[in-house]
Amino acid sequence: MASILAVDDSASMRKMVSFTLKTAGYDVEEAEDGVDALEKAKVRTFDCIVTDVNMPNKDGITLIRDLRQLPQYKHVPMLMLTTESGMEKKMEGKEAGATGWMVKPFNPDQLLKTLLKVLG
Amino acid sequence: MSIDMSQFHQVFFEECFEGLEAMESGLLSLDIGDIDSEVINTIFRAAHSIKGGSGTFGFTVVAEYTHIMETLLDEMRDGRRQVTKPAVDVLLGSVDCLREMLTSIQNEEDVNMSSVAKHQAALEIELNGKASGGDHAPAATHAAAPAPVAVHEEPEPEEEEIEEEQGWKIAFCPYLSLLKTGNDPVRLFRELSALGTLTSNVNIQDVPPFAELDPEECNISWELKLVTDATEAAVREIFSWVEEDCALELAPLAKPKKAKKPKAAPAPVVEAAPVPVVEAAPAPAAAKKAAPTESDPSKNAPKASSSIRVDTDKIDTLINMVGEVVITQSMLGLIGENFTMDKVGQLKRGLAQLERHTRDLQQSVMNIRMLPISFVFSRFPRLVHDISTKLNKKITLKLVGENTEVDKAVVELINDPLVHLIRNSLDHGIEMPAERLAAGKPEMGTIELKAYHRGGHIVIEIVDDGRGMDKSKLLAKAIEKGLVDESTIMSDKQILELIFMPGFSTAEQLTDISGRGVGMDVVRRNIQSLGGNIDIISELGKGSTIAIHLPLTLAILDGQSVAVGDETYIVPLVSIIESINITEKMLNKVAGKGETFKLRNEYLPIIRMREIFNVKSGAATKSNEGVIVVVEGQGALCGFLVDELLGQQQVVIKSLEANYRRVEGVSGATILGDGSVALILDVPGLVRLSVR
Repeated sequence: MASILAVDDSASMRKMVSFTLKTAGYDVEEAEDGVDALEKAKVRTFDCIVTDVNMPNKDGITLIRDLRQLPQYKHVPMLMLTTESGMEKKMEGKEAGATGWMVKPFNPDQLLKTLLKVLG
Repeated sequence: MSIDMSQFHQVFFEECFEGLEAMESGLLSLDIGDIDSEVINTIFRAAHSIKGGSGTFGFTVVAEYTHIMETLLDEMRDGRRQVTKPAVDVLLGSVDCLREMLTSIQNEEDVNMSSVAKHQAALEIELNGKASGGDHAPAATHAAAPAPVAVHEEPEPEEEEIEEEQGWKIAFCPYLSLLKTGNDPVRLFRELSALGTLTSNVNIQDVPPFAELDPEECNISWELKLVTDATEAAVREIFSWVEEDCALELAPLAKPKKAKKPKAAPAPVVEAAPVPVVEAAPAPAAAKKAAPTESDPSKNAPKASSSIRVDTDKIDTLINMVGEVVITQSMLGLIGENFTMDKVGQLKRGLAQLERHTRDLQQSVMNIRMLPISFVFSRFPRLVHDISTKLNKKITLKLVGENTEVDKAVVELINDPLVHLIRNSLDHGIEMPAERLAAGKPEMGTIELKAYHRGGHIVIEIVDDGRGMDKSKLLAKAIEKGLVDESTIMSDKQILELIFMPGFSTAEQLTDISGRGVGMDVVRRNIQSLGGNIDIISELGKGSTIAIHLPLTLAILDGQSVAVGDETYIVPLVSIIESINITEKMLNKVAGKGETFKLRNEYLPIIRMREIFNVKSGAATKSNEGVIVVVEGQGALCGFLVDELLGQQQVVIKSLEANYRRVEGVSGATILGDGSVALILDVPGLVRLSVR
């Protein structure tokens, strides 16, 4: 099953995302900010990254930009979770290399459906 | 798939309360006029997370409220709004309000909406210059528009009906860069085909010769035909992520005829989020309902459970230690299997190793209980801020050594005494600004709250640069209250300690800030019950320092075992200054004062353990034989006369009170290696006894 790195500084959101994905059978690892995520992403190559945008130490957009620099992540789908429905942040994310986005709040079903867009 | 969201509520609440604390301390540290953008960012992030989480977990009231805060903070962050003192105060009020809301929700109680409405109005006034009225448009719509994933617009009742092939002709021409974001046309086509029948026509004329081909660029374009009754919006939605990376043209396959209403679009990418939408009713009313059914904290959801957050490093160390113990154990098992006398050396080594590992393991486990004192300290900036505003005093609070680690139990129990002491400093210690200026001091008073380790103790100090304590006033008061006799000659230290006597209060008038005369004696009792003690140093006009000494942990102590007759007692190692063999000429009997001995140039009282515990067993020592253990308790030195010093060891403290009853002079008991019980001496208690 596809492996996913779930990045969020909020433990509750992270748990929700990771529990949902695990229940759906994905192999999920958690990271609590961009720095943590980048480190974990270097250890093994995930099939997909799901990251929050607003995080301490390293935000989600910078994380995506950094990951895209790595050869093994050139084409890996990366989704950002944002509360901002405005296009501005999304475009900033796109420019950094994000594949797509999900607008918070979302429920587990929405999360899984969105993932199916990029996985499988 | 149905996932029980209530399982995340506990984590969410904990996180929210942490976030609120971060916001609070951030707000308090904001220096009006010189704003640190990183601090604003932290505050913003906390509000942002609470908003995101509460939206996801269905706490609409909270989401709505935090949205307003977030908007305000966002403007501050971008420099579009000045950070003013009133704004900070409103935000602080909001932190309280949120905390209240979350606590109510956590306890499954109704949220006090009138208080929420009050704070919300204050926030809105700060934000817009006016409170949103009954229509409540800005807040409600914002918070209630939780733009679900891939906003699936309701299929607008386009009045169209197609003859045969209803659907869309799609010209999809990706830019070279489309693949760079991890998007893949194949996936888009898969989604499209979920909407209907898809036929594609690929155009490869732009593909360069193989030698020049860059596989990371997309050189292909497509003409797609999708037979579907999906709306244009639904189709465009699929391309929303690549909108900027391609040229996309959509045209209906056939000319629509005016006709009946279309069927609803077949499941688009994602359904609209079933997020509870607050009707655009006046906020309070709407929010009241929103104690959300979805979040109906399921029966098994734990209420405020007591949990502890542990650094993963500590857990790792612990696991390491356990591994070591397991290895040693299996090694010992091997030796025991076919034991012969020549393996004794090996056995001893193994046992020594086991001892070392057990000790390390014990330490690691104890470490888990250790929390930084910042858990307690972090709430004081707010307290000082609020109270000094109320008193019209100017006071800064400095925190030093917040990362000093103490036992969790200490963290929980030290809070109330500290609150009391700080309030005292605020109320009685620091003078009014005018008074300070007149005394040649800076207008701004300072209270320092320090924590550090010393020996086996943690020391917490509260230092203020206020007016200090007037000893003559203290003494006069004590005499007036009949607490001391006029003829008593007291040292400065003893006079200062008068404030710990029950019924003593120096405030000329009682205020609602600090005590009603029940204060300091209770504070001292609480601290003593933690095995600690409290000292005061004060200089009139310069300020006071109150120092609290507490044991690092309440569960284990390093002890010196001493023999008295056949009994073994444990003296806490931290209280021992030295031990000396006694000689005849050291002993003095002082009339009316009991026995003393001379240690260098000081006469110290002697407590004969044999007498005080009424030990009859064992060889009766002559009065001039034995060992004197010099201990310090209550700031005074004293000698315990025992028969013999045994070893030093770490002992696990068992409560005597819980298993038997309280015994004066004994703080607990422990079980020795041979299974017998040894009492742990309460040094300050014994010193007190001897003074009596």
